[in-house]
Amino acid sequence: MRLEAINLGFRYSAQSPDILKALSFQVKAGERVGVVAPSGYGKTTLVKLLAGYEAPTDGRVLLDGAPLPQKGASPVQLIGQHPEQAINPRWKMRQVLAEAGQLDTPLLSELGIEPAWLERFPRELSGGELQRFCVARALYAGARFVIADEMSTMLDAITQAQVWRCLLAESERRDLGLVAVTHNPALAERVCTRVVDLREINHVAG
Amino acid sequence: MIDPLSLLLDVQNLSVSFRRYQRGLAQTNLNVISDLSLTARAGEILAVAGASGSGKSLLAHAILGLLPANAMLSGVMRYDGQPLNAVRQKQLCGSEIALIPQSVTYLDPLMRVGDQARGAEKSAERMERQREVFRRLELPLPSERLYPFQLSGGMARRVLFSTAIISDARLIIADEPTPGMHLSQAMEALSILRELADAGKAVILITHDVDLALNVADQIAVFYAGTTLEETPAADFAAGPDALRHPYSRALWRALPQNGFEPIPGFQPYPEALPDGCLFGPRCELKTAACEQETPPMRTVRGGKVRCVHAA
Repeated sequence: MRLEAINLGFRYSAQSPDILKALSFQVKAGERVGVVAPSGYGKTTLVKLLAGYEAPTDGRVLLDGAPLPQKGASPVQLIGQHPEQAINPRWKMRQVLAEAGQLDTPLLSELGIEPAWLERFPRELSGGELQRFCVARALYAGARFVIADEMSTMLDAITQAQVWRCLLAESERRDLGLVAVTHNPALAERVCTRVVDLREINHVAG
Repeated sequence: MIDPLSLLLDVQNLSVSFRRYQRGLAQTNLNVISDLSLTARAGEILAVAGASGSGKSLLAHAILGLLPANAMLSGVMRYDGQPLNAVRQKQLCGSEIALIPQSVTYLDPLMRVGDQARGAEKSAERMERQREVFRRLELPLPSERLYPFQLSGGMARRVLFSTAIISDARLIIADEPTPGMHLSQAMEALSILRELADAGKAVILITHDVDLALNVADQIAVFYAGTTLEETPAADFAAGPDALRHPYSRALWRALPQNGFEPIPGFQPYPEALPDGCLFGPRCELKTAACEQETPPMRTVRGGKVRCVHAA
């Protein structure tokens, strides 16, 4: 399996400046790629394009040579920085997991998700607890690539290590590809097999 | 010895609870902060670290009087020697005490960010200071004309940071100021806080990035489930587990990516289901029957303070 971005370009409108230009990037199954760059260099834009949340202005995103499916759950899953913004506030956690077919899996206990949490609404859980659900959801059966965009920035060190350890073990078991956006060099060192500096592959002027 | 005159904020035995409706008119009180004491001194940075959801932001909001109407406080807060009550909070907030809020949604979406950073005072000197701070935080000059939605997460974070440090406040409470910032920018932001402290201001730095905070902080308070488990000189946290006093602080240290990345299992207890005795008891490897008897009081051990019966 291979997720690749070919000659990617992105801007919000014809008059606005390029955010990404002539960017090529590739991640294979089993690889864990760290993406680093200062803020404002397009890291989040890149991962939104890779996961199909935005359409590129130029270039293509291909999964094994084919465009990402337009319907159904995406094989490329994105985990963001703010779990409270990624979960339907009117759903109980049970429904959130049921949507992804992730209710009966040993993964839940490995992630430290308590059975009682399933009957709660998102506002009744802390950020660290919600992020565990986001990881469980992203690891649904059809996932092939998981992109973690500053997934653990808002978590304390213990929760961060818990959630990452679980994600790493599961990707190893299922030979998933991982992309990790992070500002923490020690974390990148710990979880990634290679690190890409966005400034070297993004060819925007200035 | 510490100069008593430098004591700017003194919080003693603070408890905060939220009154909640159960069913019908039945009410319950949810204790979110219990028996918390801390002090902020002019010339010092106090880093507040610890578990997500342990009440760190609530403490900031309690100091500034920003808690919702159903919050009940007990304990004593003193600012500059005088009790910090609702009237004084109104007077002091924004002038003497400045907050760098945790969420970038606190920026005014309809105001250019340069104007927001400068605040209400319009002077050439303010303008100069704002540009200086923007330059140091690597915000390009044209960005002062932009609106918040045109900024990336990290840029918005840096604008938020500049709003508080351009003010003339004597106490700065920074609630998670660095997430989303690149390492070099985060370091620059923290060194600005250090300079402010060195210039005689008191800084409370609430953060998950303990490893970054260690570079600038004087003291570290470790929070868990609504109270402080340990207060330690920053040097002890840098020195590692042997120098620390509480099992939770040691677990936090060991979970850092550069120190083994080894988490302890379990999670922080909920306010409605706090354990008897020591709050960390259910996850603690040192737990004995004595730990369940009562909440351990704060004691002084090796130049720091700790709530653990085992600490020596």
